[in-house]
Amino acid sequence: MEAAEITRTVDAKGLSCPMPIVRTAQTMKVVGSGALVEVLATDPGSVKDFVAWCRSTGNELIDQSSDGVVYRFVIRRK
Amino acid sequence: MDEPLNLVLFSGTDDRLQAAAVLTAGAAALGKPVNIFLQYWALDAFRADRIGRDHGLAPEAGPEGRAAVAALAKAGQASWAETLRQAKDLGGVDIQACSLSMDLLHLDNGDLDPLVDGVEGVTSFYLNAGQGQLVFI
Repeated sequence: MEAAEITRTVDAKGLSCPMPIVRTAQTMKVVGSGALVEVLATDPGSVKDFVAWCRSTGNELIDQSSDGVVYRFVIRRK
Repeated sequence: MDEPLNLVLFSGTDDRLQAAAVLTAGAAALGKPVNIFLQYWALDAFRADRIGRDHGLAPEAGPEGRAAVAALAKAGQASWAETLRQAKDLGGVDIQACSLSMDLLHLDNGDLDPLVDGVEGVTSFYLNAGQGQLVFI
C-alpha cells in the first residue's frame, strides 16, 4: 500500500483496548467513502479486534502487518 | 446490530466502571446503541464534584490487583470517564440516572457530570432497552 494513497493516519500506539478501535471509528466518521485510513497500534488485542470490527461494520481491511512492536492496519472506508 | 446493549451500573468502584466503559466504547464503535442506567454507588461516582476522584477497587482486587490497575493507569490508560466521553462522541450512547437513586443520594440534575443525559425511572429504562441484552455491573 503506497503511503501517498493514505488519507489519514490514526496513531493509536500506547493506547489500550478499546481505544484504537474507538479512535478509528471516530476517524471513519470524518473521512469520505473509499478513503484509506492507516492505523498504528501497540495493543496485541487489536489484531483480532480490527478483523472483527471491519467484518461487522463493512469497512475493508486491506492490509495488516507488524514489526513485532507496532501493528499496522490499512482500512478502506465503505 | 439494531437492538441496544443495556448496562445497569450499580457499583461505584473504578475497576467496575472501567469494565463498563470498555463494553460501552466497543459497542459504540460497532454502531450498536448503548443505554446506561446509573443506580446507587455508580450514580454517586458520576457526581460532577467526584467523577475525577479515586473511587477505589472492588474487594476482590487485592494488593496485586491494585498494583496492576495502578500500573495500567500510569502507562496512560484512559480513565473510565474519558473512555465514556470518547464513546459518546461516536454517538448512540445514552446515560440516564435512576430517579430512585437520585432521591437516595439527595441529588439534583445540576449535581451530575455532563456525561449524564438525564434522569428516568426504571420503566422508561426497560422501554428503551427493547429486546437488547441487559448487563448488571
